Amino acid sequence: MAIGHIGLAAPRARAALHVRVRELLDREWFLGPAFVTPALLLLLLLVAYPFVMAVYFALSDSFIGRPSHFVGIRNFIALWESDAFRQTFQNAFVFTGISVALKLGLGISLALLLSQPLWFTRAIRGAVLLPWVIPTALSTLGWVWMFDSLYSVVNWTGLALGALDPPGPNWLGQRYHAMAAVITVNVWRGLPFFAITILAGLVSIPRELYEAAESDGAGPASRFWYVTLPLLKPVLAIVILFSTIFTFSDFNIVFVLTHGGPINSTHLFATLARQIGLETGRIGEGAAISLYLFPVLVFVVWAQLRYVRRQVY
Amino acid sequence: MARASRRRRSEKVASHLLLVPFLVFALFPFYHMALTSLKTDRELYDRAAVPLLIQQGPTLEHYVKLLWDTAFLTWIKNSLFVTLLATTLSLVIGTVAAYALARLRFVGVGAFGTGIFVTYLVPTSLLFLPLAQVVNWLGLGDSKWALVITYPTFLVPFCTWLLMGYFRTVPREVEECAMVDGATRVQALLRIVLPIAVPGLVCAVLFAFTLSWNEFIYALTFTSSSDQITASVGVTSELIRGDIYYWGSLMAGAVLGSVPIVILYVFFLDYYVSGLTAGALK
Repeated sequence: MAIGHIGLAAPRARAALHVRVRELLDREWFLGPAFVTPALLLLLLLVAYPFVMAVYFALSDSFIGRPSHFVGIRNFIALWESDAFRQTFQNAFVFTGISVALKLGLGISLALLLSQPLWFTRAIRGAVLLPWVIPTALSTLGWVWMFDSLYSVVNWTGLALGALDPPGPNWLGQRYHAMAAVITVNVWRGLPFFAITILAGLVSIPRELYEAAESDGAGPASRFWYVTLPLLKPVLAIVILFSTIFTFSDFNIVFVLTHGGPINSTHLFATLARQIGLETGRIGEGAAISLYLFPVLVFVVWAQLRYVRRQVY
Repeated sequence: MARASRRRRSEKVASHLLLVPFLVFALFPFYHMALTSLKTDRELYDRAAVPLLIQQGPTLEHYVKLLWDTAFLTWIKNSLFVTLLATTLSLVIGTVAAYALARLRFVGVGAFGTGIFVTYLVPTSLLFLPLAQVVNWLGLGDSKWALVITYPTFLVPFCTWLLMGYFRTVPREVEECAMVDGATRVQALLRIVLPIAVPGLVCAVLFAFTLSWNEFIYALTFTSSSDQITASVGVTSELIRGDIYYWGSLMAGAVLGSVPIVILYVFFLDYYVSGLTAGALK
């Protein structure tokens, strides 16, 4: 470490400081914490702290612009006694279960097709991935119009093909149809993630395994069952876990498409939390609803750490 | 020989045919959106018209109305402002954190890695209510700055996670060589590791940009004035008056609000494909 000129005292002191900082930055015990501090502060202030507040709100009778009191688990009890919440609870499982199952089945099929030799690979992949990159709130708006009660293009097509009886269902106004619509849009938007990720898993399976299975007389079905599926398992596990937490906590699609209606039949935790917490101002109850997402988060994190990523960082 | 190649050819055709329903499902909503935005109101609300085509001539009136009679351009500007700042901020914070996780040994590195992974999985809808209070306390209620500081809560874990994977692929020796030659660690990071990890950085920027541009629940909760909201919120809230939907303008807004993402997408498709899998699988 050469210090340029030996001259006045002040520059020398400054140079010495410079050298010390430089040396400090070369020490891992210093540089490491220094590098993670910004991220750590951000996450403490804007993730950990709000989480503690969410728990506090959930245990209090907070109302917008009013001092609050500790009420224990009264919010949670009140929620269980409300029809809207019980409906939401059920919706969340129906919505997540059906959506993830459909995305998985369709995703595997689509990935298998995409892994075949194709003429326009890039264009096709681009088209497949498109629903995933377009702002969900805006594309869902397009679906609202497609499901419109009077001018639905879905109904028009169904009627033209003879698949529906006139006048066709009011998709967003009837409870089961509304749930079907919400699931459809979620599958539409989430399928690319499944397909592209599973495709990456498919491509990484060594060709020799298929050749070996083929020379042992395995047909396409048994090759899929005994070679592809077992080797895809880790990828499928990750994709399912990811999708479960983000489907369960979905907000955008339901908010734009149905606002939770008709009569709460499509509400999910996030949309109900917003309605109770912001629109009616009962923040305590709203926070309690949001916290119902937490056990699912814990499960997904646990499963990922336990089975999928033994070594996290 | 000829028969085998003919069989391969017909298999290829079959694959394409089987893909058709998937492609129609993926693309039709966009086609219908664009079509609607170009139709005259008379045709839009004509129950006898065929909704799959434009028969009474295309029109730009909805776009004109959107750009001149609403604050749409302000919303786009807000979106750009928030997205660019949040992306830059998150990229810087994420890069140094990822480097520390990938390369440095220090007390607590394991716990921090787990913490980043956990926050990566935290959905925005879990914390938006208390976060709204934090935003108010910081004096950022109904300000786009609230979005600039809250978007990094999901962007930083994502960037860190993604970049950590890329940094690990840079051989340690390359870096050590530079350090033997007298470079400091920071110099080695800036001049050796980052240039090698450029594809990763591009990926991180693209995804951070896309995620912030598309973010909805925070934007909807933390901002409400017309001069602060982003494009997604503006189009979904301000263009709908009560129960009246102006479908032409709404679809024009949805189309234009997606344009920045589509432009990036067309140029960087391969990065999107690789980043999507890297984010989930690495």
